[in-house]
Amino acid sequence: MNVQTQTHAAGSTSVKVNDFVIKIGNVNGTGSASANGLLMKAIFRMGVPVVGKNLFPSNIQGLPTWYEIRVSKDGWTARSGDVDLMVAMNLESYEQDLKAVSPGGALLYDSTWPRPKLHGREDITVIGVPLAKMTNDGFANARTRVLMKNMAYVGAVAVLTGIDMAVIQTLVEDTFKAKPKLIEPNMKALMLGHDYITQNYDALPLRVEPMDETRDCILIEGNDAAALGCVYAGATFGAWYPITPSTSLMDGFKNHCRKLRVDPETGKNNYCIIQAEDELSAIGMVIGANWNGARSFTPTSGPGISLMSEFIGFAYYAEVPAVLFDIQRVGPSTGMPTRTQQGDILLAAYASHGDTKHIVLFPANPKECFELSVDAFDAAERYQTPVFVLSDLDIGMNEWMVPRFEWDDSRQPDRGKVLHAEDLEKVEKFYRYFDHDGDGIPYRTIPGEHPKGAYFTRGSGHNKFGGYTEDSEAYQEVLDRILQKWEKAADHLPGPVMQIAEEPTRRAILTVGGCDAAVREAIDRMAKDGLHFDYLRVKAFPFHSDIEAFISEHDIVFVVEQNRDGQLRQLLINETSAEKNQLVSILDYSGMPADTGLIARRITTHCQTEG
Amino acid sequence: MTSIKKPLVDKHLRKNRHGLTQRDYEGVASTLCAGCGHDSITAAFVRAFHELDLEPHRAAKISGIGCSSKTTAYFLGQSSGINTVHGRMPSVATGAAAVNPDLHYIGVSGDGDSLSIGLGQFAHAIRRNLNMLYVIENNGVYGLTKGQFSASADIGSRAKYGEINEQTPIDPVRLALTLGATFVARGFSGDKEQLVPLIKAGLMHRGFAVIDVISPCVTFNDHVGSTKSYAHTYKYYHPVIHADFVPEENEITADYAEGEAITLPMHNGGEVVLRKTDTSHDPRDRDAAFDLLKNLEGSEIPTGLIYIDESRPEMGEMNHLPDTPLNAINHSKLCPRSATLKQLMDGYA
Repeated sequence: MNVQTQTHAAGSTSVKVNDFVIKIGNVNGTGSASANGLLMKAIFRMGVPVVGKNLFPSNIQGLPTWYEIRVSKDGWTARSGDVDLMVAMNLESYEQDLKAVSPGGALLYDSTWPRPKLHGREDITVIGVPLAKMTNDGFANARTRVLMKNMAYVGAVAVLTGIDMAVIQTLVEDTFKAKPKLIEPNMKALMLGHDYITQNYDALPLRVEPMDETRDCILIEGNDAAALGCVYAGATFGAWYPITPSTSLMDGFKNHCRKLRVDPETGKNNYCIIQAEDELSAIGMVIGANWNGARSFTPTSGPGISLMSEFIGFAYYAEVPAVLFDIQRVGPSTGMPTRTQQGDILLAAYASHGDTKHIVLFPANPKECFELSVDAFDAAERYQTPVFVLSDLDIGMNEWMVPRFEWDDSRQPDRGKVLHAEDLEKVEKFYRYFDHDGDGIPYRTIPGEHPKGAYFTRGSGHNKFGGYTEDSEAYQEVLDRILQKWEKAADHLPGPVMQIAEEPTRRAILTVGGCDAAVREAIDRMAKDGLHFDYLRVKAFPFHSDIEAFISEHDIVFVVEQNRDGQLRQLLINETSAEKNQLVSILDYSGMPADTGLIARRITTHCQTEG
Repeated sequence: MTSIKKPLVDKHLRKNRHGLTQRDYEGVASTLCAGCGHDSITAAFVRAFHELDLEPHRAAKISGIGCSSKTTAYFLGQSSGINTVHGRMPSVATGAAAVNPDLHYIGVSGDGDSLSIGLGQFAHAIRRNLNMLYVIENNGVYGLTKGQFSASADIGSRAKYGEINEQTPIDPVRLALTLGATFVARGFSGDKEQLVPLIKAGLMHRGFAVIDVISPCVTFNDHVGSTKSYAHTYKYYHPVIHADFVPEENEITADYAEGEAITLPMHNGGEVVLRKTDTSHDPRDRDAAFDLLKNLEGSEIPTGLIYIDESRPEMGEMNHLPDTPLNAINHSKLCPRSATLKQLMDGYA
């Protein structure tokens, strides 16, 4: 592990400025999420790079939940692996939370009731604040007391770490603009915590000091960003079945559409969202809408993909575009629905029975969720095939600090090869699956536009003219063309992101999706210790030819991913010329967002033992 | 076994308003067994479409898997069709109809496709009042897998190799009524005079029109002891309400005796004239429809238009869809400008 600045309970000398982690342990259903978000946003508004990770249970009320705020002047957005200040509000997780505090860190607890012994943690500063007592004295209503306890610790943490109270107060006013009655009690609770610390404790050696590093950034969840991408891509139809952690994607789409897609003249919706009876139906609807020429999508998670598999194969073979967002969660089976993982890589790549290979796009952060969402619709229509956007719970449901999104007004959607009525007039006869241009991509038509464009779509064996067949050659000809189409897509999909080490090296790290932030930071840390790595992040499958070239230029490539079986590594072995022993798995399938410390430690250890 | 002939269609080549004959509404040759009830239904589709003066390319045929689902290739060769996966036709129809409500959606399914594997989707399409004609070609048996009972097999019905069904049948008519379908009918592949007008009325109905058509399987379910055989159906079928569809521009010329006919204007134009052969039933009365089915249970098979409600909004209306179909809206109207994105971004800062 990298060397951390040591701060001790007594007589600490070094102050961490804009570079520390606050973790809040609470009970879910107590309204802590909004208080924690407020704390994070206040730091962001002070111009200091920050990221918040919500680690929550699959439950509505009563189970342990955590929120981790990382303040990082250098703009790192992954979990660092440290906890500098723990706000331990949950008696049930107290012992665990106490243990999690990094040496020299601090712990704040509710001193209304005596806490169990400190379990030998003499190396941390402990701060007791009688939060329950203060809010019980200050507020009459039982629910208000619970909610205000959270605001009280926000006030306390603000004083302890130097967060500007004026910024928090402005945020409170903004938050409750629609319900001004709530401003006063929130302000009061905030000051209860603030005043108690001011009167009883010194500030901690953790300081948030104003910077100017967030001006061009926003805080946004990946699902909301992907939803916005769907709007900009011109998607008009979405079907879904509610499933954590994808639900907020459709919520976001609905929210954006209500503002941007209601016809001002007629009041009618230029979009349609159907909540399906299950995922089988959701993908069926998406296929029906795409078949009819509308851009449409479904957000889901792993269990949904499992259910959709038959239809995915249908869309693949009948060559119907479709966009599927898989916001991955922990599997197998129901798994841990509110934890994150990258466990669906192989599932998405080869979903459905028979020979099937799909296009998969891998966003690494919300900005890429927006961008790749638009690209996904283009790819689906260009290649007339299902396209997966493989996000995950960490990207989808956490607020990330990312650069503001941009849009080029000259960008037109790539609708692929479509023969409209005027084109069909000029055609003698239209055949749906004929490879007219030799690129493996046939022409399609929109049902109802022109009599000449009518064709019969089927998942049963068909020849290049679209007719039913059981003839081996005619069947193989179509299947081979579909493969060719997929292979040719590789170099036209978003290419990999690469970063070359400052010093020449034969070692590299390759990763995908949300591991990006942690891996890049780990590379930075390890470079300081003299270990250098080139870096590549995969953005799409089929793999761009640059990926194979990159692997071949290195003796060892660490493949970092969040699953047990090294699925990305398997896919690389399967689909590139990479040698098995060249690719070393670094796996974290704990369900937690990628952790810089863990990745750096494992890779360092491997390099040291292997020499 | 396979018929090499085109499905039986009326041979006289009258041209309709579009200058098309019935031939223009046919599809590829059927590969079903000779005498299959489904081929008669195919012929009924051809006639109904021709007589309604509908342009073939403005129809979309959607089906699942099974003998029935194959038939969408056998009519309306000039229409687009999509033969989807088993039991999932309703979902594909839902997505298609949502983005272009201007086409005529014809779903063809079977008793296995709709009442077993696809029961869920069938039910939910009804719940949404999806604007389509949904025809179940019901033969009580799995044909393509050679004769297993389907969920519509009646108690006591005998399979080809002697097995007796003891499980309760799922009756699509009663199920559709229970779930709130707005057009519920039953026909018989052997009675085209009744079936063709039902198909026409179903096509013109606003909302989900389900027609359960008893369609004997000549190979696996047409023997003595089967309750879905031709003989059994001819013997017990009981026409209750005969529905004549009259297009908008045609005056009603037929003479109906007082109290025997009800004229119902259809939302999509034209009207349905219901001739009561059983004067006790009013198909606008849902409770009466349930009573009718109950009263005839075990004795006769009530056919005709059992229930109709033209007042309920269909899926597109419930979703406030625009007049221009979603698949035809210009991209510039769908994609906000960069300036809008800039403003949106301020909300996340």
